[in-house]
Amino acid sequence: MRHLLSVSDLTKIQAISILDTASELARISEGTVKKLPTLRGRTIVNLFAEDSTRTRISFEAAAKRLSADVINFSAKGSSLSKGESLKDTALTLQAMGADAVVIRHSASGAPQRLADSEWMRGAVINAGDGTHEHPSQALLDAYTIRKHLGKGSSDLNGIRIAIVGDVLHSRVARSNVLLLKLLGANVVLVAPPTLLPVGVESWPVTISYDLDSVIPTVDVVMMLRVQQERMADLYFPNAREYSRYFGLNSERLKSMSAHSIIMHPGPMNRGLEIAAEVADSARSVIVEQVANGVSVRMAILYVLLAGKPLEAGNT
Amino acid sequence: MSVALQASDISRALIRISHEILEANSDSSQITLLGIPTRGAHLALRIAAIMGEIATHQIPVGMLDITMHRDDLRMRAPRAIMPTSIPPEGVEGRELILVDDVLFSGRTIRAALDAVGEIGRPHTVQLAVLVDRGHRELPIRADFVGKNLPTSISQSVKLHLSELDGIDEVLIEEF
Repeated sequence: MRHLLSVSDLTKIQAISILDTASELARISEGTVKKLPTLRGRTIVNLFAEDSTRTRISFEAAAKRLSADVINFSAKGSSLSKGESLKDTALTLQAMGADAVVIRHSASGAPQRLADSEWMRGAVINAGDGTHEHPSQALLDAYTIRKHLGKGSSDLNGIRIAIVGDVLHSRVARSNVLLLKLLGANVVLVAPPTLLPVGVESWPVTISYDLDSVIPTVDVVMMLRVQQERMADLYFPNAREYSRYFGLNSERLKSMSAHSIIMHPGPMNRGLEIAAEVADSARSVIVEQVANGVSVRMAILYVLLAGKPLEAGNT
Repeated sequence: MSVALQASDISRALIRISHEILEANSDSSQITLLGIPTRGAHLALRIAAIMGEIATHQIPVGMLDITMHRDDLRMRAPRAIMPTSIPPEGVEGRELILVDDVLFSGRTIRAALDAVGEIGRPHTVQLAVLVDRGHRELPIRADFVGKNLPTSISQSVKLHLSELDGIDEVLIEEF
Protein backbone atom coordinates (compact mmCIF):
# COMPACT_ATOMS: atom_id res chain seq x y z
CA MET A 1 0.00 0.00 0.00
CA ARG A 2 1.55 3.30 -1.03
CA HIS A 3 -1.26 5.87 -0.70
CA LEU A 4 -4.59 5.99 1.10
CA LEU A 5 -6.95 7.66 -1.34
CA SER A 6 -10.16 5.70 -1.14
CA VAL A 7 -11.62 2.89 0.90
CA SER A 8 -12.10 1.01 -2.36
CA ASP A 9 -8.29 0.61 -2.56
CA LEU A 10 -8.33 -1.47 0.63
CA THR A 11 -8.79 -5.20 0.88
CA LYS A 12 -10.60 -6.63 3.85
CA ILE A 13 -7.31 -7.99 5.21
CA GLN A 14 -5.62 -4.59 4.92
CA ALA A 15 -8.54 -2.84 6.60
CA ILE A 16 -8.56 -5.30 9.49
CA SER A 17 -4.81 -5.04 9.89
CA ILE A 18 -5.08 -1.25 10.20
CA LEU A 19 -7.77 -1.68 12.87
CA ASP A 20 -5.66 -4.26 14.74
CA THR A 21 -2.60 -2.04 14.57
CA ALA A 22 -4.68 0.86 15.86
CA SER A 23 -5.86 -1.10 18.87
CA GLU A 24 -2.26 -1.92 19.82
CA LEU A 25 -1.30 1.72 19.32
CA ALA A 26 -4.23 2.87 21.47
CA ARG A 27 -2.24 1.48 24.37
CA ILE A 28 0.45 4.10 23.76
CA SER A 29 -2.11 6.88 23.97
CA GLU A 30 -3.14 5.56 27.38
CA GLY A 31 0.42 5.21 28.68
CA THR A 32 2.53 7.82 30.42
CA VAL A 33 5.00 8.22 27.57
CA LYS A 34 2.83 9.06 24.55
CA LYS A 35 5.63 8.79 22.05
CA LEU A 36 7.25 6.16 19.85
CA PRO A 37 10.45 6.61 17.82
CA THR A 38 9.07 4.78 14.78
CA LEU A 39 8.86 7.64 12.24
CA ARG A 40 11.80 9.65 13.51
CA GLY A 41 13.26 11.71 10.66
CA ARG A 42 10.18 11.48 8.44
CA THR A 43 8.42 14.64 7.38
CA ILE A 44 4.64 14.73 7.11
CA VAL A 45 2.88 17.73 5.62
CA ASN A 46 -0.70 18.51 6.56
CA LEU A 47 -2.03 20.29 3.49
CA PHE A 48 -5.47 21.57 4.41
CA ALA A 49 -7.07 23.55 1.62
CA GLU A 50 -10.39 23.36 3.43
CA ASP A 51 -11.26 24.01 7.07
CA SER A 52 -10.90 21.23 9.59
CA THR A 53 -10.42 20.91 13.33
CA ARG A 54 -10.59 17.27 14.23
CA THR A 55 -8.93 15.68 11.24
CA ARG A 56 -6.00 18.08 11.14
CA ILE A 57 -5.16 17.97 14.83
CA SER A 58 -5.77 14.24 14.85
CA PHE A 59 -3.26 13.64 12.04
CA GLU A 60 -0.88 16.06 13.70
CA ALA A 61 -1.13 14.28 17.06
CA ALA A 62 -0.75 10.89 15.36
CA ALA A 63 2.38 11.99 13.48
CA LYS A 64 3.91 13.54 16.57
CA ARG A 65 3.28 10.46 18.70
CA LEU A 66 5.28 8.52 16.11
CA SER A 67 8.06 11.14 16.28
CA ALA A 68 7.61 12.40 12.71
CA ASP A 69 8.20 16.06 11.90
CA VAL A 70 4.94 17.80 11.03
CA ILE A 71 4.50 20.82 8.82
CA ASN A 72 1.05 22.35 8.88
CA PHE A 73 -0.10 24.14 5.85
CA SER A 74 -3.58 25.55 5.51
CA ALA A 75 -5.17 27.53 2.71
CA LYS A 76 -5.55 30.61 4.84
CA GLY A 77 -2.16 32.17 5.42
CA SER A 78 -0.43 30.32 2.56
CA SER A 79 0.02 30.93 -1.13
CA LEU A 80 -2.99 28.69 -1.80
CA SER A 81 -5.11 31.72 -1.00
CA LYS A 82 -3.13 33.69 -3.61
CA GLY A 83 -4.24 31.17 -6.20
CA GLU A 84 -1.20 28.88 -6.34
CA SER A 85 -2.02 25.70 -8.23
CA LEU A 86 -2.01 22.24 -6.69
CA LYS A 87 0.90 21.37 -8.98
CA ASP A 88 3.11 24.20 -7.76
CA THR A 89 2.23 23.44 -4.17
CA ALA A 90 3.15 19.80 -4.70
CA LEU A 91 6.46 20.69 -6.34
CA THR A 92 7.25 22.85 -3.33
CA LEU A 93 6.48 19.98 -0.97
CA GLN A 94 8.67 17.64 -3.00
CA ALA A 95 11.51 20.15 -2.87
CA MET A 96 11.16 20.24 0.91
CA GLY A 97 11.41 16.46 1.06
CA ALA A 98 7.96 15.57 2.37
CA ASP A 99 7.62 11.82 2.95
CA ALA A 100 3.85 12.05 3.13
CA VAL A 101 1.15 14.59 2.44
CA VAL A 102 -2.12 14.52 4.28
CA ILE A 103 -4.46 16.43 2.01
CA ARG A 104 -7.89 17.90 2.55
CA HIS A 105 -9.31 19.64 -0.49
CA SER A 106 -12.70 20.92 -1.58
CA ALA A 107 -12.25 19.36 -5.04
CA SER A 108 -13.17 15.68 -5.25
CA GLY A 109 -10.21 13.80 -6.69
CA ALA A 110 -7.49 16.27 -5.67
CA PRO A 111 -5.60 13.59 -3.65
CA GLN A 112 -5.84 11.19 -6.59
CA ARG A 113 -4.40 13.86 -8.88
CA LEU A 114 -1.53 14.37 -6.47
CA ALA A 115 -0.86 10.64 -6.19
CA ASP A 116 -0.98 9.98 -9.93
CA SER A 117 1.20 12.92 -10.84
CA GLU A 118 4.96 12.99 -11.10
CA TRP A 119 4.95 16.12 -8.96
CA MET A 120 5.93 14.47 -5.73
CA ARG A 121 7.09 11.06 -4.58
CA GLY A 122 5.75 10.86 -1.04
CA ALA A 123 2.69 8.99 0.16
CA VAL A 124 -0.64 10.75 -0.26
CA ILE A 125 -3.28 10.38 2.41
CA ASN A 126 -6.77 11.58 1.64
CA ALA A 127 -8.15 13.52 4.61
CA GLY A 128 -11.38 14.37 2.83
CA ASP A 129 -11.84 15.49 -0.77
CA GLY A 130 -14.97 17.39 -1.75
CA THR A 131 -17.97 15.10 -1.64
CA HIS A 132 -15.91 12.04 -2.59
CA GLU A 133 -14.24 10.20 0.31
CA HIS A 134 -12.79 10.45 3.78
CA PRO A 135 -11.17 7.06 4.37
CA SER A 136 -9.46 7.76 7.71
CA GLN A 137 -12.81 8.80 9.19
CA ALA A 138 -14.41 5.57 7.96
CA LEU A 139 -11.59 3.55 9.51
CA LEU A 140 -11.95 5.27 12.87
CA ASP A 141 -15.71 4.77 12.74
CA ALA A 142 -15.27 1.08 12.00
CA TYR A 143 -12.72 0.88 14.82
CA THR A 144 -15.15 2.50 17.26
CA ILE A 145 -17.99 0.19 16.19
CA ARG A 146 -15.80 -2.88 16.47
CA LYS A 147 -14.61 -1.85 19.91
CA HIS A 148 -18.14 -1.45 21.22
CA LEU A 149 -20.08 -4.10 19.34
CA GLY A 150 -17.51 -6.42 17.76
CA LYS A 151 -17.59 -8.95 20.64
CA GLY A 152 -13.95 -9.84 19.94
CA SER A 153 -14.54 -10.51 16.26
CA SER A 154 -12.09 -9.03 13.77
CA ASP A 155 -14.75 -7.74 11.35
CA LEU A 156 -18.24 -6.24 11.70
CA ASN A 157 -20.21 -9.19 10.44
CA GLY A 158 -23.98 -8.78 10.93
CA ILE A 159 -23.86 -5.42 12.70
CA ARG A 160 -26.63 -3.09 11.50
CA ILE A 161 -25.77 0.55 11.01
CA ALA A 162 -28.06 3.44 10.06
CA ILE A 163 -26.39 6.43 8.40
CA VAL A 164 -28.78 9.33 8.74
CA GLY A 165 -28.92 12.71 7.07
CA ASP A 166 -27.07 14.58 4.37
CA VAL A 167 -25.70 11.62 2.40
CA LEU A 168 -25.56 13.67 -0.80
CA HIS A 169 -22.74 15.93 0.36
CA SER A 170 -21.12 13.47 2.74
CA ARG A 171 -17.73 12.01 1.94
CA VAL A 172 -17.91 10.36 5.35
CA ALA A 173 -21.02 8.45 4.25
CA ARG A 174 -19.40 7.31 1.00
CA SER A 175 -16.29 5.98 2.70
CA ASN A 176 -18.30 4.42 5.51
CA VAL A 177 -20.69 2.61 3.17
CA LEU A 178 -17.75 1.03 1.34
CA LEU A 179 -15.79 0.10 4.45
CA LEU A 180 -18.70 -1.15 6.55
CA LYS A 181 -19.82 -3.32 3.64
CA LEU A 182 -16.27 -4.63 3.20
CA LEU A 183 -16.25 -5.62 6.87
CA GLY A 184 -19.58 -7.43 6.61
CA ALA A 185 -21.94 -4.92 8.23
CA ASN A 186 -25.44 -4.09 6.95
CA VAL A 187 -25.97 -0.42 6.22
CA VAL A 188 -29.26 1.44 5.90
CA LEU A 189 -29.28 5.02 4.68
CA VAL A 190 -31.98 7.29 6.06
CA ALA A 191 -32.42 10.68 4.39
CA PRO A 192 -34.89 12.86 2.59
CA PRO A 193 -34.86 11.89 -1.13
CA THR A 194 -33.35 15.27 -2.00
CA LEU A 195 -30.28 14.48 0.09
CA LEU A 196 -29.54 11.11 -1.51
CA PRO A 197 -27.12 11.10 -4.44
CA VAL A 198 -28.04 10.05 -7.95
CA GLY A 199 -27.29 6.34 -8.40
CA VAL A 200 -27.63 5.50 -4.71
CA GLU A 201 -29.77 2.50 -5.67
CA SER A 202 -26.61 0.81 -6.94
CA TRP A 203 -24.86 1.19 -3.54
CA PRO A 204 -24.70 -1.93 -1.35
CA VAL A 205 -27.21 -0.50 1.13
CA THR A 206 -30.92 -0.39 1.87
CA ILE A 207 -32.67 2.98 1.83
CA SER A 208 -35.37 4.30 4.08
CA TYR A 209 -37.15 7.62 4.43
CA ASP A 210 -38.59 6.87 7.84
CA LEU A 211 -36.18 7.30 10.74
CA ASP A 212 -38.64 6.15 13.42
CA SER A 213 -39.07 2.70 11.88
CA VAL A 214 -35.31 2.20 11.42
CA ILE A 215 -34.02 3.29 14.82
CA PRO A 216 -35.22 0.31 16.93
CA THR A 217 -33.74 -2.17 14.41
CA VAL A 218 -30.11 -0.98 14.30
CA ASP A 219 -27.03 -1.30 16.51
CA VAL A 220 -25.44 1.98 15.46
CA VAL A 221 -27.04 5.31 14.57
CA MET A 222 -24.54 7.45 12.71
CA MET A 223 -25.75 11.01 12.25
CA LEU A 224 -24.31 13.15 9.46
CA ARG A 225 -23.82 16.87 9.60
CA VAL A 226 -26.17 18.96 7.47
CA GLN A 227 -23.54 20.63 5.29
CA GLN A 228 -24.99 24.09 5.01
CA GLU A 229 -21.85 25.41 3.28
CA ARG A 230 -22.49 23.06 0.36
CA MET A 231 -26.20 23.83 0.13
CA ALA A 232 -26.82 26.64 -2.29
CA ASP A 233 -30.08 25.00 -3.34
CA LEU A 234 -33.07 24.26 -1.19
CA TYR A 235 -32.90 20.60 -0.16
CA PHE A 236 -35.52 20.71 2.59
CA PRO A 237 -38.18 23.30 3.48
CA ASN A 238 -36.63 24.51 6.73
CA ALA A 239 -34.40 23.45 9.58
CA ARG A 240 -37.30 22.74 11.95
CA GLU A 241 -38.93 20.36 9.55
CA TYR A 242 -35.63 18.56 8.87
CA SER A 243 -35.00 18.28 12.56
CA ARG A 244 -38.47 16.84 13.19
CA TYR A 245 -38.19 14.14 10.51
CA PHE A 246 -34.49 13.34 10.46
CA GLY A 247 -33.06 14.71 13.71
CA LEU A 248 -32.04 12.45 16.59
CA ASN A 249 -33.97 13.76 19.60
CA SER A 250 -34.60 12.35 23.06
CA GLU A 251 -37.85 10.66 21.93
CA ARG A 252 -35.99 8.67 19.30
CA LEU A 253 -33.15 8.03 21.77
CA LYS A 254 -35.66 6.15 23.95
CA SER A 255 -36.67 3.82 21.12
CA MET A 256 -33.07 2.71 20.44
CA SER A 257 -32.18 -0.87 21.36
CA ALA A 258 -30.38 -1.46 24.66
CA HIS A 259 -26.82 -1.97 23.40
CA SER A 260 -26.86 0.53 20.55
CA ILE A 261 -24.53 3.52 20.18
CA ILE A 262 -24.75 6.98 18.62
CA MET A 263 -21.99 8.34 16.39
CA HIS A 264 -21.35 11.61 14.60
CA PRO A 265 -18.24 12.52 12.59
CA GLY A 266 -18.41 16.13 13.79
CA PRO A 267 -18.69 19.02 13.75
CA MET A 268 -22.25 18.76 15.05
CA ASN A 269 -25.09 21.16 14.43
CA ARG A 270 -26.62 20.75 17.85
CA GLY A 271 -30.37 21.19 17.62
CA LEU A 272 -30.47 20.42 13.88
CA GLU A 273 -29.47 16.81 13.12
CA ILE A 274 -28.81 15.90 16.75
CA ALA A 275 -30.30 17.27 19.95
CA ALA A 276 -27.83 18.50 22.54
CA GLU A 277 -29.04 16.08 25.22
CA VAL A 278 -28.63 13.16 22.78
CA ALA A 279 -25.12 14.22 21.82
CA ASP A 280 -24.20 14.29 25.51
CA SER A 281 -26.07 11.09 26.44
CA ALA A 282 -24.44 7.90 27.69
CA ARG A 283 -25.06 6.19 24.33
CA SER A 284 -23.07 8.79 22.47
CA VAL A 285 -19.49 7.77 21.55
CA ILE A 286 -18.83 11.01 19.68
CA VAL A 287 -15.97 12.19 21.88
CA GLU A 288 -14.47 8.71 21.91
CA GLN A 289 -14.47 8.75 18.10
CA VAL A 290 -12.03 11.66 18.28
CA ALA A 291 -9.70 9.79 20.64
CA ASN A 292 -9.87 6.68 18.47
CA GLY A 293 -9.10 8.87 15.46
CA VAL A 294 -5.57 9.45 16.73
CA SER A 295 -4.86 5.72 17.13
CA VAL A 296 -6.30 4.88 13.73
CA ARG A 297 -4.31 7.64 12.03
CA MET A 298 -1.16 6.46 13.77
CA ALA A 299 -1.87 3.03 12.29
CA ILE A 300 -2.35 4.54 8.82
CA LEU A 301 0.93 6.46 9.05
CA TYR A 302 2.70 3.36 10.36
CA VAL A 303 1.45 1.17 7.53
CA LEU A 304 2.27 3.73 4.82
CA LEU A 305 5.55 5.10 6.14
CA ALA A 306 7.30 2.68 8.48
CA GLY A 307 8.28 0.17 5.83
CA LYS A 308 10.89 0.29 3.16
CA PRO A 309 10.63 3.46 1.08
CA LEU A 310 10.10 2.84 -2.60
CA GLU A 311 12.96 3.62 -4.93
CA ALA A 312 12.67 6.82 -6.91
CA GLY A 313 10.56 6.35 -10.02
CA ASN A 314 9.23 3.01 -8.79
CA THR A 315 5.50 3.46 -8.27
CA MET B 1 17.77 -28.78 7.36
CA SER B 2 18.80 -30.45 10.60
CA VAL B 3 17.30 -30.73 14.07
CA ALA B 4 19.58 -28.98 16.56
CA LEU B 5 17.42 -29.41 19.66
CA GLN B 6 14.66 -31.93 20.27
CA ALA B 7 11.66 -31.59 22.56
CA SER B 8 13.52 -33.16 25.49
CA ASP B 9 16.53 -30.84 24.98
CA ILE B 10 14.25 -27.82 24.97
CA SER B 11 12.42 -28.80 28.13
CA ARG B 12 15.72 -29.54 29.95
CA ALA B 13 17.10 -26.17 28.86
CA LEU B 14 14.00 -24.34 30.08
CA ILE B 15 14.13 -26.08 33.47
CA ARG B 16 17.81 -25.18 33.82
CA ILE B 17 17.18 -21.55 32.84
CA SER B 18 14.37 -21.37 35.41
CA HIS B 19 16.71 -22.60 38.15
CA GLU B 20 19.44 -20.21 37.05
CA ILE B 21 17.11 -17.20 37.11
CA LEU B 22 16.00 -18.06 40.64
CA GLU B 23 19.60 -18.60 41.70
CA ALA B 24 20.72 -15.25 40.32
CA ASN B 25 17.84 -13.33 41.90
CA SER B 26 17.65 -14.10 45.60
CA ASP B 27 14.25 -12.43 46.13
CA SER B 28 12.03 -14.34 43.73
CA SER B 29 9.01 -12.15 44.59
CA GLN B 30 10.66 -9.28 42.71
CA ILE B 31 11.01 -11.16 39.41
CA THR B 32 8.86 -10.30 36.37
CA LEU B 33 9.14 -12.11 33.05
CA LEU B 34 8.39 -10.42 29.73
CA GLY B 35 8.47 -12.48 26.54
CA ILE B 36 8.99 -10.99 23.12
CA PRO B 37 6.22 -12.13 20.76
CA THR B 38 5.57 -14.53 19.27
CA ARG B 39 7.76 -17.40 20.43
CA GLY B 40 9.56 -15.57 23.21
CA ALA B 41 6.16 -14.89 24.79
CA HIS B 42 5.35 -18.61 24.82
CA LEU B 43 8.76 -19.46 26.26
CA ALA B 44 8.21 -16.84 29.00
CA LEU B 45 4.93 -18.53 29.93
CA ARG B 46 6.65 -21.91 30.16
CA ILE B 47 9.56 -20.57 32.21
CA ALA B 48 7.16 -18.72 34.54
CA ALA B 49 5.23 -21.95 35.10
CA ILE B 50 8.39 -23.89 35.95
CA MET B 51 9.69 -21.10 38.21
CA GLY B 52 6.29 -20.90 39.91
CA GLU B 53 6.56 -24.58 40.86
CA ILE B 54 10.09 -24.21 42.21
CA ALA B 55 9.47 -20.96 44.09
CA THR B 56 5.95 -22.07 45.16
CA HIS B 57 4.44 -18.73 44.25
CA GLN B 58 3.26 -17.22 41.00
CA ILE B 59 5.80 -15.35 38.87
CA PRO B 60 4.28 -12.36 37.01
CA VAL B 61 4.60 -12.88 33.26
CA GLY B 62 3.62 -10.78 30.26
CA MET B 63 4.64 -9.96 26.73
CA LEU B 64 6.23 -6.93 25.17
CA ASP B 65 5.99 -6.03 21.51
CA ILE B 66 9.04 -4.19 20.25
CA THR B 67 8.12 -3.62 16.60
CA MET B 68 7.73 0.13 16.88
CA HIS B 69 11.23 0.45 18.32
CA ARG B 70 13.08 -1.56 15.66
CA ASP B 71 15.85 0.21 13.79
CA ASP B 72 15.37 -1.90 10.66
CA LEU B 73 11.75 -0.90 9.96
CA ARG B 74 12.76 0.97 6.84
CA MET B 75 14.57 -2.02 5.43
CA ARG B 76 11.54 -4.21 4.88
CA ALA B 77 7.77 -4.17 4.49
CA PRO B 78 5.88 -3.00 7.58
CA ARG B 79 5.50 -5.71 10.19
CA ALA B 80 2.27 -6.41 12.01
CA ILE B 81 2.23 -5.07 15.55
CA MET B 82 1.87 -7.81 18.15
CA PRO B 83 0.01 -7.57 21.45
CA THR B 84 1.65 -6.26 24.62
CA SER B 85 0.47 -7.20 28.10
CA ILE B 86 2.25 -6.00 31.19
CA PRO B 87 1.45 -7.79 34.48
CA PRO B 88 -0.35 -5.60 37.07
CA GLU B 89 2.83 -5.29 39.17
CA GLY B 90 4.40 -3.32 36.31
CA VAL B 91 8.18 -3.24 35.85
CA GLU B 92 9.10 -0.33 38.11
CA GLY B 93 11.92 -1.36 40.45
CA ARG B 94 11.60 -5.07 39.60
CA GLU B 95 14.07 -7.68 38.40
CA LEU B 96 12.91 -7.86 34.79
CA ILE B 97 13.79 -10.92 32.73
CA LEU B 98 13.32 -10.51 28.98
CA VAL B 99 12.74 -13.81 27.20
CA ASP B 100 13.34 -14.41 23.49
CA ASP B 101 13.76 -17.49 21.36
CA VAL B 102 16.91 -16.87 19.31
CA LEU B 103 19.60 -14.28 20.04
CA PHE B 104 21.23 -13.23 16.78
CA SER B 105 22.18 -9.65 15.85
CA GLY B 106 21.01 -8.25 19.19
CA ARG B 107 18.85 -5.64 17.48
CA THR B 108 15.59 -7.05 18.83
CA ILE B 109 16.95 -6.81 22.36
CA ARG B 110 18.15 -3.25 21.79
CA ALA B 111 14.61 -2.38 20.67
CA ALA B 112 13.22 -4.23 23.69
CA LEU B 113 15.37 -2.14 26.05
CA ASP B 114 13.89 1.00 24.49
CA ALA B 115 10.38 -0.43 24.79
CA VAL B 116 10.96 -1.27 28.46
CA GLY B 117 12.14 2.28 29.11
CA GLU B 118 8.75 3.46 28.03
CA ILE B 119 6.80 1.49 30.62
CA GLY B 120 9.05 2.06 33.62
CA ARG B 121 12.47 1.70 35.22
CA PRO B 122 13.19 -1.84 36.37
CA HIS B 123 15.90 -2.43 39.01
CA THR B 124 17.69 -4.75 36.58
CA VAL B 125 16.99 -6.05 33.09
CA GLN B 126 18.29 -9.55 32.37
CA LEU B 127 18.03 -11.60 29.20
CA ALA B 128 17.11 -15.25 28.81
CA VAL B 129 17.22 -16.90 25.39
CA LEU B 130 16.69 -20.47 24.30
CA VAL B 131 19.34 -20.32 21.56
CA ASP B 132 22.33 -18.04 21.13
CA ARG B 133 23.49 -18.40 17.55
CA GLY B 134 26.19 -15.70 17.57
CA HIS B 135 26.83 -13.01 14.92
CA ARG B 136 26.10 -10.11 17.25
CA GLU B 137 26.01 -6.65 15.69
CA LEU B 138 25.64 -4.81 19.00
CA PRO B 139 27.29 -5.07 22.43
CA ILE B 140 24.53 -7.25 23.89
CA ARG B 141 24.79 -10.61 25.65
CA ALA B 142 22.38 -13.01 27.29
CA ASP B 143 22.42 -13.76 31.03
CA PHE B 144 20.72 -17.14 30.64
CA VAL B 145 21.26 -19.27 27.54
CA GLY B 146 19.56 -22.58 26.76
CA LYS B 147 22.03 -23.62 24.10
CA ASN B 148 24.92 -21.97 22.27
CA LEU B 149 24.59 -22.97 18.61
CA PRO B 150 27.55 -21.98 16.43
CA THR B 151 26.06 -21.20 13.02
CA SER B 152 27.20 -19.68 9.78
CA ILE B 153 25.64 -16.40 8.75
CA SER B 154 23.98 -18.07 5.77
CA GLN B 155 22.01 -20.43 7.97
CA SER B 156 18.72 -19.68 9.66
CA VAL B 157 17.66 -20.98 13.07
CA LYS B 158 13.96 -21.73 13.60
CA LEU B 159 12.18 -22.63 16.81
CA HIS B 160 8.97 -24.64 16.61
CA LEU B 161 6.77 -24.82 19.69
CA SER B 162 3.94 -27.24 20.34
CA GLU B 163 1.55 -24.33 21.13
CA LEU B 164 1.97 -22.96 17.61
CA ASP B 165 3.52 -25.62 15.41
CA GLY B 166 2.48 -28.86 17.08
CA ILE B 167 6.06 -29.88 17.95
CA ASP B 168 8.95 -28.64 20.10
CA GLU B 169 12.18 -28.43 18.10
CA VAL B 170 14.96 -26.14 16.97
CA LEU B 171 15.92 -26.42 13.30
CA ILE B 172 18.93 -25.14 11.40
CA GLU B 173 18.18 -24.42 7.76
CA GLU B 174 20.50 -23.58 4.89
CA PHE B 175 19.31 -20.80 2.61
